[in-house]
Amino acid sequence: MRLRQISFLMVVGLFLFPLFFDGKEEVKAFSPQVIQHGAIGDDVIELQARLQYLGFYNGNIDGVFGWGTYWALRNFQYEFGMNIDGLAGEETKNKLVQASEFDEAYVKEQITRGNRFSHYGGMEGEQQQGGEAQQAEQSAPADNTTAVNVPQGFSQNDIQLMANAVYGEARGEPYEGQVAVAAVILNRVASPSFPNTVSGVIFEPRAFTAVADGQIWLTPNERAREAVLDAINGWDPSSNAIYYFNPDTATSPWIWTRPQIKKIGKHIFAK
Amino acid sequence: MIRWITIGVLSLGLVGAAIWGYQEHQEKNAILIQAENGYQKSFHELSYHMDLLHDEIGTVLAMNSHERLSPKFVDIWRITSEAHSNVSQLPLGLLPFNKTEEFLSNIGDFTYRTAIRNLDDDPLTDEETNVLEELYVQANDIKDELRHVQHLALENNLRWMDVQLALVNNDQTDNTIIDGFKTVEEQVEGFAEANSQSGLIGVSTKPEDHFENLPGETLSEKEALDKSRKIFDINSKENIEITPSGDGADIPIYSVSYQNDDKRAYMDLSQKGGYPLTLLIERPLKDKKLSLHEGLERAEKYLEQFDFDDMNLYQSMELNNVGMYSFYYNQDGIRIYSDSVEVKVALDNGDVLGVTATEYYSNHHEREIDEPELTEEEALEFVNDNVQIEESSLSIITNDVDEEVLTYEFLGTFNNDTYRIFINAMDGREEMVEKLGGKELKYS
Repeated sequence: MRLRQISFLMVVGLFLFPLFFDGKEEVKAFSPQVIQHGAIGDDVIELQARLQYLGFYNGNIDGVFGWGTYWALRNFQYEFGMNIDGLAGEETKNKLVQASEFDEAYVKEQITRGNRFSHYGGMEGEQQQGGEAQQAEQSAPADNTTAVNVPQGFSQNDIQLMANAVYGEARGEPYEGQVAVAAVILNRVASPSFPNTVSGVIFEPRAFTAVADGQIWLTPNERAREAVLDAINGWDPSSNAIYYFNPDTATSPWIWTRPQIKKIGKHIFAK
Repeated sequence: MIRWITIGVLSLGLVGAAIWGYQEHQEKNAILIQAENGYQKSFHELSYHMDLLHDEIGTVLAMNSHERLSPKFVDIWRITSEAHSNVSQLPLGLLPFNKTEEFLSNIGDFTYRTAIRNLDDDPLTDEETNVLEELYVQANDIKDELRHVQHLALENNLRWMDVQLALVNNDQTDNTIIDGFKTVEEQVEGFAEANSQSGLIGVSTKPEDHFENLPGETLSEKEALDKSRKIFDINSKENIEITPSGDGADIPIYSVSYQNDDKRAYMDLSQKGGYPLTLLIERPLKDKKLSLHEGLERAEKYLEQFDFDDMNLYQSMELNNVGMYSFYYNQDGIRIYSDSVEVKVALDNGDVLGVTATEYYSNHHEREIDEPELTEEEALEFVNDNVQIEESSLSIITNDVDEEVLTYEFLGTFNNDTYRIFINAMDGREEMVEKLGGKELKYS
């Protein structure tokens, strides 16, 4: 009898446990962070979904706080009589949670399936746009976001191509040396005496040894990608160089006539 | 018996090897010919385009009607860009040919600027006509030389592969093509001087460098080291290196690098005044603990600490546990984008991982800003009606002819995309319109 009671309590407890947790999650919803333009992650997914529920946001729910989300948020703040700053702070988030519903399970499921979907209020799941799989199931992503931030005017592929070149040319170099090589590529794009595109500069015949001997097709590591991103975002440890060479292996006497700026690692950077 | 079998097997092997070798040889030849053809195409196109360029400049000189002049200039601009692209596909590599490339892009710039101008209100000046006449003569010289090289190459069956080989082996003594290109380069070098005197092309119109005006004494290496240690926040005197810059640097700087077990730091410090131009710290990043917004607070605090006053955020971005922040300088409510600073913050513990302020230091000065002649409403009339304006402000930008201009900046949306539109605050010219991207579908 006693044993029965205990096991009954345990079973009830097991049922109550998730309920209790669910309830708690419902109240908390967003994490305490202030969400601002450029942020990524689950909070942004929730923000976009809630804004879409209210009809302010009609872009994709992708977990990246871009311009579309920014204007949607500002319009929401305007309509609800709040301070219009485009930041999802505490007050804004509370208002959002009060005004909208967020079907987290539905949204996350659609995202992991790689579906196109919408999350407008007043519609049952089946009525939402899309719903059926648009592409083959993806390997489970580490997070739920389906987009990434990229610097203005660059694609992930441009970054990848530059990372390939940097890795092939300077994988043994210190970090600033890699950023400097990436910066030289960008300085050449801007220079009148070189091609005007990243790929044009990289694949100019005999411009880079790594291109000539095929080392550019090695798989670059994270560090090379980060170096490229830093260079694109404005870092230039080469101080405006448009040439660099390894003094131990350089064959052209002409390259020595260029005014030199500095040496980083094995490379001399020159104008 | 065995002997015959052995002989049979061996000769079969020999025949097999011969066939295999022959095929390999054929394949290699096919690839070489393909590469050679690519080079030949660029080379012949280059001489054709130079010829065309010469003709078109001549046509412009002979033309009278303004409405046909602008399209002609656009044409010349296009041809220079094609010729430029031809040059970049030739295996010239380290053969100095950059004066010629610069010459081409200078003609391009000049014709572009003339083409976009309203030639009815603002016709070609005598000076500009003189420049064009000069260019006509110069283009003729280049064209003649290239056509000559082309003729020799065709007559003697010269191969670009040999040029490449000669360049690799540094044996440039007796190669017709290399000699021809060198002659062209020398000629252009001569033009460059004449053109810079005429003042219209070849002179960089870059805004003046304000670096010289920054206050401060020139630092000795030791002082610079002390300052660097303070900025890197380290006490030890080991593992830190400093080198002054060479002749090629725009301004004299010290490069300082520091390495310990888990991080590496690098900084460029101006010799005069000791201003940190570029700072980069590399270390492994742990899990994200801070939000992008908290990172921003760190970045702002850091800027304050280094006496960057009145800086405002205009762009933030979260990339692999790092927050990237761009700030503009705010002078009495006017955004000055040329004086920008970028800060990189680690979102695991909030350390500042990088600052780049070269733009800021080389452009920054207190500007005398004229009152805008247009009101915001008047400026709005120059904006496309379909764009819904969301935000506006006064900004100073560097426009496409490298001049600083005061503009009304409008942020607006059109078809779910966001655009930044700059309208000249004096005459209403649409100085720049850009579509703001910043995110992309994840491919991996």
